[in-house]
Amino acid sequence: MSELRRHAPLLDALAGDLAPVRPLAPPLVRALAWFAAVLGLALVLLLAAADLADLRQRMAQPVVLVAALGAGATALAAALAACLSGVPGRSRFWALLPLPPALVWIGASGVGCLSPSPPGAADQTGGCAVTIMALSLPLSLLAVLMLRRTCPLRPALTAGLGGLAAAAGAAALLALVHPHAATAADLAIHVVAVALVVLANLVAGGRLLGPASCSGPGGRADRR
Amino acid sequence: MSTACLPFPDGVRHTPSRHTPPRQAGRNAGVSAPRAEARRIEGMDTEERLAGGMRAAQGGDAAAYRALLEACVPVIAAAARRQGLPPDEVDDVVQETLLTLHQARRTWDPARPFLPWLRAIAQRRTVDALRRRGRRPQESHDPLAYEAHPDAGPLPGEGLERRDQGRRLAAAMAALPERQREAVEHLGLAERSLDEAAALTGRSKGALKVNLHRALKALRSTLTRDGGRADV
Repeated sequence: MSELRRHAPLLDALAGDLAPVRPLAPPLVRALAWFAAVLGLALVLLLAAADLADLRQRMAQPVVLVAALGAGATALAAALAACLSGVPGRSRFWALLPLPPALVWIGASGVGCLSPSPPGAADQTGGCAVTIMALSLPLSLLAVLMLRRTCPLRPALTAGLGGLAAAAGAAALLALVHPHAATAADLAIHVVAVALVVLANLVAGGRLLGPASCSGPGGRADRR
Repeated sequence: MSTACLPFPDGVRHTPSRHTPPRQAGRNAGVSAPRAEARRIEGMDTEERLAGGMRAAQGGDAAAYRALLEACVPVIAAAARRQGLPPDEVDDVVQETLLTLHQARRTWDPARPFLPWLRAIAQRRTVDALRRRGRRPQESHDPLAYEAHPDAGPLPGEGLERRDQGRRLAAAMAALPERQREAVEHLGLAERSLDEAAALTGRSKGALKVNLHRALKALRSTLTRDGGRADV
C-alpha cells in the first residue's frame, strides 16, 4: 500500500480535476470528416477554376484518372492512419496503410509522364508546386486541429501522416485544375512539393501535437 | 454517488497481490478446472472492472476515477519494470503515465479493451524515461562505492587459470575412446543436432546419446580428480 500512498496526492488532484468528456469519434469517422473538407475544396475548385470540358478530356485517359484517384485514396488512408496513430494501443503498422494507394498514385503518375510533353508545359511546373503547397496549407491546419484532440504518443509520426494526407489531398485537387497530363518535370516537382509539405508537417506539426496532450514532459517525448 | 457505481467497492481488491478471485471464477473454475482458464477469467474480470471504471470516469464520476487510477498504479509499475526500468525510476513513470491517462481519457473508446490502451501509454512513458536516462551522464558521488565497484574486466591470473583449464580439458578429451570423443565434438562443441551428427558420423542417434552420456561422465570424473571442480 506504500506505493499507493506515495501517489495519493496526484491521484486526489487528478480525481478533483475530473470533468466529463465525450469519447472521440472512431478514427474512420474523423478521417472521413477531414476528407469531406477535401471534397468541399474540390467542389469550390470545380465551380471556380476548372475547365470542365478539358477535365473530362483529361480524365478520359486511364492513367490520369487512376493517378488522381490514387492521390485521393492516399489522402484518405493517410488521414485514417494519422487518426489511428493518435489512439494509444493501436498497432503502429497502421502507419503503412497509405502505402498501397501511394504506390498506385506514384505508379500511375510515372506511367502518365512517359507521354510527350505538350508545348509550354515546362513553364507551368513551378505553378503546380505553389498550388500543391497552397492547397496543403488549409488541409494541414485542419489535420493538426483534428489530431490535437487525440493522444499522439509518437507526435512526429502522427504529424507526418497528417502532412502526407494534406499533400496527397492537394495533389488530387491539383489534378482537377492541371492544364495537361503530368509530364516528367511535373512529376518531379510534385514529388518535391509533397515531400516539402510532409517535412513541414513533421517539424511544425510534431511540435504542435507534442505539448498538446500526450508527448510527455516538456512535449519532447518522441520525434521518430 | 452510490457505491454501486464504483468499480472497486471494497477498495482493496484492485491490488494484484491481494486480488481475491472473482465470484465468477470461483463458480466456473472449481477445483478441477484448468488453472489457465481460471487465470483467463480472472484477467477478463480485471479488464471489465477497469473498463467499467473508465466509462464512469468519462461520465465525470470522480470516485470511480480515483479508484480506477489506484488500480492502474500496479499495472503501470509492472509494465515499467518489465521493460527494464530501474526500481528508483518506476514512481516517476507511474506519475507521468497517470498524467497522460488523465489528459488522454477521451481517446479511450469504450467499445475497445482498456488494458492495451493503458499499457501502450505506460510503455511509451517508460521508453521516454529510459531515453532520458541514457542521455544523462552516470556519475558517482560516493567515493567508497566508486572504489568498491567491481571491474568488469578479467581478474588478475584469470587468463592463466583459463589456459590451465583448457589444457586439462584437452588432455581429458584426448583420453576418451574415439566414439565418445566424436559424440562430444559433434553434439557438445559444434552444437550439431542429433540428426546432423548421426548423418555425419554414420552412427544411430541412440548410440550418439549413449556415447555422449558416457563421455560426459568420464570427463567429469577425470576433471574432478585433477582439478577439484569440474564444469562439465
